[in-house]
Amino acid sequence: MNNLKKEKNIKLLQGNEACVEGAILAGVRFFAGYPITPSTEIAEGMARRLPRLGGKFIQMEDEIASMAAVIGASIAGLKSLTATSGPGFCLKQENIGFAAINEIPCVVVDVQRGGPSTGLPTKPSQGDMMQARWGTHGDHPIIALAPSTVNEILTLTIKAVNFSEKYRTPVILLLDEVIAHMREKVEIPTQKDIEVIDRKKPTVPPEEYLPFKPDSDGVPPMANFGEGYRYHITGLIHNYKGLPTSNSQEIDAFIRRLHNKIQKNVKDIIINEKYFLDDAKIALIAYGSVARAAERTVKLAREEELKVGLLKLLTIWPFPFEEVNRLAQQVDLIIVPEMNLGQMVLEVERAAQGRCRVVSYSRVDGELINPIEILGKIQEEISK
Amino acid sequence: MKERIEICLSGAGGQGLILAGIILAEAAGIYDRKEAVQTQSYGPEARGGASRSEVVISNNPIDYPKVIKSDILLALTQAACDKYVKNLTKDGILVADSSMVTQIPSISAKVYQFPITETALKKLGTKLVTNIISLGIIVGLTEVVSTEAIKKAVCARVPSKVKEVNEKALLLGFDIAKDLKSEKCEDKY
Repeated sequence: MNNLKKEKNIKLLQGNEACVEGAILAGVRFFAGYPITPSTEIAEGMARRLPRLGGKFIQMEDEIASMAAVIGASIAGLKSLTATSGPGFCLKQENIGFAAINEIPCVVVDVQRGGPSTGLPTKPSQGDMMQARWGTHGDHPIIALAPSTVNEILTLTIKAVNFSEKYRTPVILLLDEVIAHMREKVEIPTQKDIEVIDRKKPTVPPEEYLPFKPDSDGVPPMANFGEGYRYHITGLIHNYKGLPTSNSQEIDAFIRRLHNKIQKNVKDIIINEKYFLDDAKIALIAYGSVARAAERTVKLAREEELKVGLLKLLTIWPFPFEEVNRLAQQVDLIIVPEMNLGQMVLEVERAAQGRCRVVSYSRVDGELINPIEILGKIQEEISK
Repeated sequence: MKERIEICLSGAGGQGLILAGIILAEAAGIYDRKEAVQTQSYGPEARGGASRSEVVISNNPIDYPKVIKSDILLALTQAACDKYVKNLTKDGILVADSSMVTQIPSISAKVYQFPITETALKKLGTKLVTNIISLGIIVGLTEVVSTEAIKKAVCARVPSKVKEVNEKALLLGFDIAKDLKSEKCEDKY
């Protein structure tokens, strides 16, 4: 009897389906996109779910337009999300910059596939690590989250939406083909089990509203278009009123605030998990599906009495500089397995500041790195 | 049974291998309440081209989600058999569709051959249930999931208008497994 009462909502879900569940729970009610493998199931799921919830789904003519639609919907007050893969992520970059400078909350899911260009539509990669950070031009802040299980896809989609609302910033959810198409058991939480964050609204009347004047936390309250607060939005550097400025003091303060609202909150934003790091002399640092391989490598290495541990990153941008720096003081060697020719390893080297050896392990043949090869790399490095 | 069982279902696009993998993972994960992960690998083609679906089943949380070495391999094409048979464990099981796979490399794993596609067409009038007959054979031979679980999982995943033929296909697979175990000849089918 008790069992019946406690019957949980457990399903075998695909990663992309879990992203849809997370988005709906977080309150996303607008999706615009242009379907692309391996992200298409997110568009399909949103197309099925949103109309029944009074939300809107639009398939736009391309990725540029879909990013613009997402921005427009967000300014009008709806939590908005789009999903794509590398080739489409490129096209969205211009408008991601527009969202960053205008502090428009939105979530962009990039399911990484092999590149460059149309590359390998059905095969995984982690080649967009740096594009997630620097894809759009200019000094801009960004948050990028990278789950490695289907359950984490659900929970981090919720987090991505929450961060975007809390910090008024575009957030990238970086998946890869393996985890996006993978199916695993997921317990779908109920609405009351999760925390949902909504953007701050102005507390002053429209005539007193300064749309880009920050509160003490660096984030300005955001009025929805259509609610009587008329204001200007531009891609130019702007003052508190949202009007273009060439006042160097205003420019400097604006750019620094844009970054500081993220940098001053890294404790809230940076999430990671540690496996067997306490006594580790060798550390693996990984994210996404590769972290699953690395986790198994740690178990295999421990069976051979090698003191190996794993730092699994769930937030990849801002990069966990402090955490990696501390780790570099503890271990002799850090190995960074990646499905690219070495992108995250550059950040790890920067953070390690020469305090330990940092080595890259790459795979770019469209197959997921397996635990045995990482173990092989560990043994090779030990024998050096 | 081993703590972690790795199953590779291989063949060509359009043979229903990915659906078969989903059903197997659902049987293990939802109905048998174990841990299960299903992954897939396929090309950009809608039909044809190599396709494989991988399922890992365990009593404990699963770290690496893909097959490292298959304990069970289903091969529905010669190309898939040639490619994946090397990755079979020594005491593993190969189920090969002899309608499509004519050459079996010499391996130490246990080999079961049966004309699955042909039998699907002859007995049930459609090649479309080859995947479900294959699941019946695999579960019948290995008990990797319970028969109850696989029955429920098949019914839950296939469209309602073809439920009956798929149920029949599963039971046919169980029967074939029984005969393969006792090494009866194929004449019956």
